[in-house]
Amino acid sequence: MRTRPIIASALAFGLIAAACASDSSNSADAPTASELPTTESAPPAADPTDSELTTDQPVEPFTTITLVTYDSFPQADTSINAALDAFTEQTSIGVELLVAGDTGTMLSKAALTVGNPEGDVMWGIDNTFLSRALNDGIFEQGVLFDPENVPAEFLALVPNGEALPVDFGDVCVNYDIGYFVENELDLPTSLQDLAAPAYRDLLVVQNPATSSPGLAFLLASIDEFGAEGWQAYWQQLKDNGVQVVDGWTDAYYGSFTWAGGGDRPLVVSYGSSPPAEVIFADPARDDAPTGVIESTCFRQIEFAGVLAGTDQPDEAAALVRFLGSEQFQAELALNLFVYPANSAVALPQEFDDFAVVPETSRTLDPDLIDENRSDWIDEWSTLVLG
Amino acid sequence: MNNGERAANRLPRRVVAALAVGPIAGLAVFYLWPFATLLVRAINSSALTHTLSRGATWDVAWFTLWQAVVSTVATMLVGLAPAYIVARFEFPGRQLLVGVLTAIFVLPTVVMGAAFLALLPDSLDRTVWAVIAAHVVFNLAVIVRTVGAFWEHLPIDMESAAATLGASRWRVFVDISFPLLRPSLSAAGAIIFLFTFTSFGVIRILGSAGTRTLEVEVWRRATQLGDIGGAAVLSVLQLGVLAVVVGWSTRAQRRHARAVELRPDQDRRQAKSKGERRFVASVAIGTAGLCIAPLAAMAIRSFRSSSGWSTAAWTTLGKAEVRPGIRLGLDPVEALANSIQNAAWATSFAVVLGAAASLAIAAAGRGGRLLDVGLMLPIGTSAVTIGFGMLITFDTPPVDWRGEWWLVPVGHALVALPFVVRSTVGVLRSVDPSLQDAAATLGASPTRAWCDVVVPFLWRPLAVGAALAAAISLGEFGATSFLSRSGSETLPIAIDELLGRTGTLLQAQGYALATILAVATVSLVAGASCFHDVAGLVHRRTGGQTVDR
Repeated sequence: MRTRPIIASALAFGLIAAACASDSSNSADAPTASELPTTESAPPAADPTDSELTTDQPVEPFTTITLVTYDSFPQADTSINAALDAFTEQTSIGVELLVAGDTGTMLSKAALTVGNPEGDVMWGIDNTFLSRALNDGIFEQGVLFDPENVPAEFLALVPNGEALPVDFGDVCVNYDIGYFVENELDLPTSLQDLAAPAYRDLLVVQNPATSSPGLAFLLASIDEFGAEGWQAYWQQLKDNGVQVVDGWTDAYYGSFTWAGGGDRPLVVSYGSSPPAEVIFADPARDDAPTGVIESTCFRQIEFAGVLAGTDQPDEAAALVRFLGSEQFQAELALNLFVYPANSAVALPQEFDDFAVVPETSRTLDPDLIDENRSDWIDEWSTLVLG
Repeated sequence: MNNGERAANRLPRRVVAALAVGPIAGLAVFYLWPFATLLVRAINSSALTHTLSRGATWDVAWFTLWQAVVSTVATMLVGLAPAYIVARFEFPGRQLLVGVLTAIFVLPTVVMGAAFLALLPDSLDRTVWAVIAAHVVFNLAVIVRTVGAFWEHLPIDMESAAATLGASRWRVFVDISFPLLRPSLSAAGAIIFLFTFTSFGVIRILGSAGTRTLEVEVWRRATQLGDIGGAAVLSVLQLGVLAVVVGWSTRAQRRHARAVELRPDQDRRQAKSKGERRFVASVAIGTAGLCIAPLAAMAIRSFRSSSGWSTAAWTTLGKAEVRPGIRLGLDPVEALANSIQNAAWATSFAVVLGAAASLAIAAAGRGGRLLDVGLMLPIGTSAVTIGFGMLITFDTPPVDWRGEWWLVPVGHALVALPFVVRSTVGVLRSVDPSLQDAAATLGASPTRAWCDVVVPFLWRPLAVGAALAAAISLGEFGATSFLSRSGSETLPIAIDELLGRTGTLLQAQGYALATILAVATVSLVAGASCFHDVAGLVHRRTGGQTVDR
């Protein structure tokens, strides 16, 4: 009996000791922002002892900033990460990636942390969520990016230059070609078709509250059926067994028959998903295993910006400018499967061959989206999930 | 114990004040202030009319209410049989059965959600029935321990007399036992109602959009829809309902109280007839099965992959990858490390403040009682309310603490503090005053006597409190859901993330983490309960909320 209290207190104090140890190592890692100069143009004179210690590393980052992204942004080992490393070499600013869920979740977190952000730069707020981001003031005011080669229609969405348009694409319903061939099923060709009995239990979509493709698809249906008619359409989809998940990664890599081994051959994804399937195919293939239903496509434009309240606004702005540069933009197509916003960048061959750019993508007036977004999401949640 | 209070009271006033200042400041800054902010935001905001006039608000409120009532009634019905056999019979494994029920009761809510997600077939997952089943098993201990303990002390001869006069066992129960048990039943029922009315973790894991409690809706509006005002209105609405229920239950208990002579030590008997033995055995085995099956299913599911058995979830726990290069943005192993670190800090905060508070409470008379009640308040408020309040209070300089590493542990410590205080104050009050007199006689100054006599009694209850605080912190989900930042997720947050995904490997990793959390919590609480009645501490002394139900 006497040993029991000893064990318990040992446990408790062991825990405390462990925490103290790991905490001190943490604080040692963290650079103190105030000690660092704030101009990105002046790389520091390397401390000789430091460079001797780290000869195997190409560059010792002088300071590190955090890039907050959605969860489909590659974390390591791709050419997009190599491009970020090149930025570090050029500027001595290290870049750490922080994944914050799907776009809706990421924006909600940013809204709750305005002024004391989780990182310094945010990548991936899209036009469906942009007005909320701007109203909540998540981006640093007064940083002007003034980009070249970005279409005026994109820049018009950020009249005060709070964020930089970085890429665009289309959110479209994708299908697994093999499934439709095997089951001798005709392809759906319209939004209305998706509610037909032939496609019962075949579609997976994302929750528009948490996911930007989910919201884009909801907006596509509002564009098609009108502000008074979309509810009836979604009721039909619900009756037809539509599956709802929280994010794109989950839908595409979890539920989609082709990429996820799931049981849904129709998924809300991107017009550029088919070339991704060719490029990532193992073994290699020269035709896309998935296709896109063009009439369902909704135009999506993504933005990057400096998060309000960052300790390193100059470094952050330098990174955002780099994200818009040709060097970085050239990596977007094959890593994020979106089109670079910088029109000077050429597209890779596979992308040109297999990506679908609908002749006319759906869009909705940004003011209309801004005015109704939360009501629509609320109404949709009650209708489809409730 | 008046003697004890008098004895411990022999401390200079300024020492008592110095001891009390920390806990009082902590309570004021991290509980009362956020609470006031929440009230002001709810009343001031234009969201008040908007939220209250929205039909969906009342749908959620109605669902919250009816699922809590159904869960409570179902728990009582299921719990009466085990309460009866535990109270009246001696059988092999009786202690073990009570232990298992208690272990279930102290599990983190996300673990309970995960266990039922693993157990139930897909067709039942994410339905209200899954939620109610989890609530019932979760709270069985409340019935068995509260009602069972009372039943045990009901005079058995009244039942025997009725039986001798020819009443069937059922009639005996309806006419004799039930009326006598009513006060304990309504006490237990009120506790279960409070737990299930404020259910958060179980529903986050097991529920769907149609099965949302007010608690979950507060979280959803605040963190997903950005509707801070609406969330504040809902949390105040919930507090209002809770206040009504607590008031009603206190009155009901008083009204139904009957004078009955309780027998301190009645012998439990062996089951006699064959039928009786069969009854006891089947109830005991059935109850144990209900408790163990979900946990076993959870552990088993962590070894399942899409192609059969696999240890992949455990061996790849460090990297939650969807495909090469694309990660979930959380590292389960790091979440484990974060949780341990948080738990250590939360435990230190809770133990230091709890020790100071306990000493002050035991030493000061009326003021001490006020502090005692004040420190209990966080238990009566839901953890979601605490986390949400802290989030919207500490967001403007100079108190912009959203990015501070200590905010999450402080939130946890606030939830854990009452348990540390409860396990310590009682012991301090029962210190034999003659010891201190003896010390004084031998020439020790009052402070010296106090140090030599009272302080040695602190270590045991503080170790118990520390283990409980660590267990609470490890499993805390409600407050953490608001306060944790990307990249510093805790275990329960990671479990929720992983189980919300569709990939088999990610799910299995979620179950693996839940298994780790279950083992850690049960070990900590079991360690603590070796020298303290922990479950009693949880539901009898506080008579209210715990952690993040």
